[in-house]
Amino acid sequence: MSDTLTSERRAAAPALTPRGAKAWRSPRGRVSFLFRPRTLVVGLALVAVSLAALVVSVSVGDYQIPISAVPAALMGFGERLDVFFVQGVRLPRALTAIGVGAALGIAGAVFQSLSRNALGSPDIIGFTSGAATGAVAAILLLGAGRLVVSLGAVAGGLITAGVVYLLAMKNGVQGYRLVLVGIGVSAMLASVRDYLMTRADLTDALGAQIWMIGSLNSRGWAEVGAVWIGLAVLAPVIFAVGRRLRFLELGEETARGLGVSAQSTQIIALAAASALTGAAIAVAGPIGFVALAAPQLARRLTRTGGTTLVGAALMGSALLVVADLVAMRLMAPTQLPVGVVTAVIGGSYLIWLLYTEWRGGRV
Amino acid sequence: MIDDASTRLTGQDLTLSYDQRVISRDLAVSIPDNSFTVIVGPNACGKSTLLRALSRTLKPAQGDVLLDGQVISSYPAKEVARRLGLLPQSSIAPDGIGVADLVARGRFPHQSFLRQWSSQDEAVVAEAMESTGVTALADRSVDELSGGQRQRVWLAMVLAQQTPLLLLDEPTTYLDIAHQMDMLDLCADLHAEQGHTLVAVLHDLNHACRYATHLIVMKDGAIVAEGEPATVVTADLVEKVFGLPVRIIPDPETHTPMIVPVDRRGTRRDHD
Repeated sequence: MSDTLTSERRAAAPALTPRGAKAWRSPRGRVSFLFRPRTLVVGLALVAVSLAALVVSVSVGDYQIPISAVPAALMGFGERLDVFFVQGVRLPRALTAIGVGAALGIAGAVFQSLSRNALGSPDIIGFTSGAATGAVAAILLLGAGRLVVSLGAVAGGLITAGVVYLLAMKNGVQGYRLVLVGIGVSAMLASVRDYLMTRADLTDALGAQIWMIGSLNSRGWAEVGAVWIGLAVLAPVIFAVGRRLRFLELGEETARGLGVSAQSTQIIALAAASALTGAAIAVAGPIGFVALAAPQLARRLTRTGGTTLVGAALMGSALLVVADLVAMRLMAPTQLPVGVVTAVIGGSYLIWLLYTEWRGGRV
Repeated sequence: MIDDASTRLTGQDLTLSYDQRVISRDLAVSIPDNSFTVIVGPNACGKSTLLRALSRTLKPAQGDVLLDGQVISSYPAKEVARRLGLLPQSSIAPDGIGVADLVARGRFPHQSFLRQWSSQDEAVVAEAMESTGVTALADRSVDELSGGQRQRVWLAMVLAQQTPLLLLDEPTTYLDIAHQMDMLDLCADLHAEQGHTLVAVLHDLNHACRYATHLIVMKDGAIVAEGEPATVVTADLVEKVFGLPVRIIPDPETHTPMIVPVDRRGTRRDHD
């Protein structure tokens, strides 16, 4: 091949790595990869924020535990009441927040990457709306308990995602089509929910309404287990196709020209991200805007061109655990559902995003 | 039916279609090795469709595209990408992606889970940027570049694949005349100096005649003529294919055929 030519020219051309990246190679060159110091720093900072928020949310509340007593209580020593509040109530809630946030962040990054659209998150493309409708139907029609409501949510979400995907498909999936079809389907589902509400009695309707906002109130170890097992199974699958996803962002033909099998990547990523969204919603209800905002914020902070899955996960965790802290303390002793807080944060973010895109002439 | 052992890329009995719409039927094509092959023809004649089939982006409804004697779809995706590079008509640069970052993407078919950035990757990327003249842009964002610069960057990405075969779908669209010539000169250099086999779809007949060593002329999904431009291109052929009466004169610069439309002002009847 052109190998001889290559080696002749090699001496002349200066070596270079992509902007902001450093290469790491094992001595004999069998293992090599690129990493970005900035991404590493941002990632560590986000972990620190999440941990700090976790410690604070474990310590504050109607029953205050001094921060100095938190480590002991975490490990099961210290005063009995401390241990009860920390291990039994506050820690599982915070861990649920971190897990759900990570799940939503990753899922949002996948959906945005596949639709090549910053608005292509599960909130906008109908998944969340489908899950909400499934849950509301389970509450109002079946009078179901929490487990069945969760299953209803997951089923509703998956069915809606499937329908939207099929409706948007024509010679492959176009991002804007996915978003537009999703908005349409969401609107229809909202009217179904409204109809169900008008037929329900007051207590049920209230329960359904609260569920639809999304909340982390009284989430325990069962929820921690559910969301973290979901993450442990699905996140590695998504990370494994993550590199291929970034290639698909160059356009399907370009990706295929580079040897990326487009369709299998899309299907694996879509299925895993849907399941991850389902797990998050089943545990905490349809918490809005985290999936929309986290991937974009992570990407802007790390300044990578393209999706950063780990960054989105860490950003999602940090956002949600901080938002939940705000939700708990802002109007204490009244506890707000965390969905209210994320909607305020996310709504402002959405306006800012649309504004900058308009200015950039991209929408 | 590989009658010519020295042709790495061929298509036989190809029926090409999008859903139910058939573009080409029973098409046979072979790309001479080390040629700069240019595919021309009027709009919607199926030239891009043929290129997409040759690059395995479009699966033929019937027939096979053979790469080195084997059906192209039987290779693993990365294996094809090490032999055949494709510059599609439209690619998308993700927001904020850097030039070197984009060119480095071309190394994907040579990388594995453990080897994501070898020193060879680095050297090849540097070389690809050097030969397309984008080294000075390495740290810029692709968004900030002009159309001509951007097209060079995409070409550098495909070059970084180090494939003996390069397929280019209308590489000069959206470029002004200076950048069009720039791009074509670059392609000619790649062909002459680095020994790539090039296949390009071009709109401009004069460009095609000037740069092609092998010309494929298509109409209504069929190949109506192929060979060296000087022997293939006649006024009759152009009129038959494009429905345009022309005169052919030698290009004063390159002595290749140059197409000059006949002046029909005042005599023009309604064209179908």
